[in-house]
Amino acid sequence: MFTPNWSAYGYLIDSKGIFASLFVNLAENPEMLSMANFINTWGLTLVGLSLVLGLFTNIGYVGAICFLLLYYLSHPPLLFAEYILPAEGSYLWVDKNLILMVTMVVLLLFPTSKIIGFDRLIFRKNIVRSNKL
Amino acid sequence: MSEEKNDIQGNQDNTPTGRPTPENDKKVSQGRRDVLKAMATVPVLGAMAYGVYRKKKSETVNRDAAQMFRFRSDVAPYAATSSDAGIIRLGIIGFGIRGEQLMQAIGFATPQYVENLIIQNKANSNNTRYQDFMEQDDLRVEVTAVCDIFDTYADQAMDAGANIYREGINGKFGPRPKRYLHYKELLASPDVDAVIIASPDHWHGTMAMDALRAGKHVYLEKPMTWTVPETYALRTIAKNNPHLVFQLGHQNRQIEAYERARQIIEKGLLGKVTLIETGTNRNSPNGAWVYRIHEDANPKTIDWEQFEGDPDRVKEYMDYMTSAGLAKYVGPEPRDKFSLERFFRWRCWWDYSTGLSGDLLTHEYDAMNQILKLGIPSSASSSGGVYYFKDGRTVPDVLQTVFEFKDKDMTMLYSATLANQFNRSRKIMGHDATMEVGNTLTVTVDQRSDQYRQQIDQGIIKPGEPFYTYLPGQSVDAVSTATERYFAERGLLYSFIGGKRYNTTFLHIKEWLDCIRTGEEPSCGIDQAFEEAITAHMGTRAYLEGRTMYWDKDREKITRE
Repeated sequence: MFTPNWSAYGYLIDSKGIFASLFVNLAENPEMLSMANFINTWGLTLVGLSLVLGLFTNIGYVGAICFLLLYYLSHPPLLFAEYILPAEGSYLWVDKNLILMVTMVVLLLFPTSKIIGFDRLIFRKNIVRSNKL
Repeated sequence: MSEEKNDIQGNQDNTPTGRPTPENDKKVSQGRRDVLKAMATVPVLGAMAYGVYRKKKSETVNRDAAQMFRFRSDVAPYAATSSDAGIIRLGIIGFGIRGEQLMQAIGFATPQYVENLIIQNKANSNNTRYQDFMEQDDLRVEVTAVCDIFDTYADQAMDAGANIYREGINGKFGPRPKRYLHYKELLASPDVDAVIIASPDHWHGTMAMDALRAGKHVYLEKPMTWTVPETYALRTIAKNNPHLVFQLGHQNRQIEAYERARQIIEKGLLGKVTLIETGTNRNSPNGAWVYRIHEDANPKTIDWEQFEGDPDRVKEYMDYMTSAGLAKYVGPEPRDKFSLERFFRWRCWWDYSTGLSGDLLTHEYDAMNQILKLGIPSSASSSGGVYYFKDGRTVPDVLQTVFEFKDKDMTMLYSATLANQFNRSRKIMGHDATMEVGNTLTVTVDQRSDQYRQQIDQGIIKPGEPFYTYLPGQSVDAVSTATERYFAERGLLYSFIGGKRYNTTFLHIKEWLDCIRTGEEPSCGIDQAFEEAITAHMGTRAYLEGRTMYWDKDREKITRE
């Protein structure tokens, strides 16, 4: 959002693994690329806001899982796969994206936002309403 | 659950006067607790917002500091050749490695070459060289004549010239260009308006002079000349025919970053420049001119007599070599003895070659001449030797040449080896900053700079770290992220940012063709070419004679003192 002319192009073009051609095609189609850039910029911002505020976190978790899955598939930590932006560790199959994805699933099942976060208010009202009925 | 129930009851029990009841109390505190818990994470956002604010502020400061590195977007936009532009009929002299590349650059390739591109593209869809080649603009030229003294190359040149639809094997072809056995016959042809010369070095000057005399425009591969006397002669003929466009093949004239580098120098942003460091590192037999010997080549398929060279040129060469006591560098084989090695690997012998000076130093010098308007150096000293490729060559594979520009208070160092390919950047070193010049530009401010003292003291500029980076084709060039730089340096960015990536050789030949149509001067015309040739000859002579060579500016002569 704050970097002018930011583009996912370089990242996508550097994809490896069985889905690589899919991501490269995405990068090379200017319309698809601008869509991917838009979704990345605003999607990540919304997911971030949702998780920090604890607001509509179910949607936030699912969104985060989708993003992480795409990142994982485009840059899988395979044997002999080397990327232009190197990982800060030496990973095989399991990398940060995967761990974060699992964390998101856990949070989806145990929604902490209903204890701390705006969801506490929203979901309380819903419960109130359902009790009235 | 029970708490919520209480709330509901609390609401119902609320008295009209609003007087607090124990239930009411409970509801308020419960509501407050809920809101507090709901908003507990909001301060995190606040902290993040503050962080973003700080970052934007520091970027603005950096951008202000970078204002002095701002330029108009003054690189001339690319203009395609108009579809009603008159056709220029080209003759091609020499279809070896470079001749083939030049023809490909203007859209004429052998069917075999196109076929290979198609196969590569099928095997790997990421390889878009085929699409790039097909989409390349039509320059409105026709290849009507070719000349090569090796039959196989001449056949291939005709195939390429006829391949006007850019097809693979079994495709549809246009009329085949005529093959001429001698370049003088090609020059005499009325079907040729302009010639592209890509012969071995010892033929460059002679062919260019004959072409200009025959009234043809000339695109000549670098270096301009093989001997010193022909350098003056060619300049005279070119000057006497101003209506004919002469372009020397330094395609690096088209690199966008060099134009920006020139502006940085012009604005004085590096301070007083005293030292330039350039070089060549290569590490392969091909890079050391050990080219493939074609299996069809033999005395029957090669016109050796024509290969030997123009008698006047050979006499100039021999006169200099014998008078300067350099007989050991001549030969070693007699000139009239057929040799496949000498035919295909001619760059390895002074009998045909201009060595590292003519082949690679000229590119480095021309780049710097373009950026710094160097002109001819006041002196040149060289050293080196045949240190790695001990295959009988007389031309050195390691060479250092130091040029002094006394009137500019500047030295240019050229340092080359053909047996190591470590990447050394070109550096222009000034009192205030150093600029590294490649496809990208990087300016690093000097710790001891006077010009930037204030900014260094304020912490706006961090000396020793790249302060300004220029990525060609990008609109925002003062502040760019490390990632962007990373991608650009690996050449991944250009095709995306420009929308289209252009081959510099294509642009250089296009400029020449445009000038033929408009009558304008090309970027590497006879004056720049003369400076290039004299500079290279000074370096070569300094090496051969083992002494410093000087340039007498007034008499325009290379001297020994």
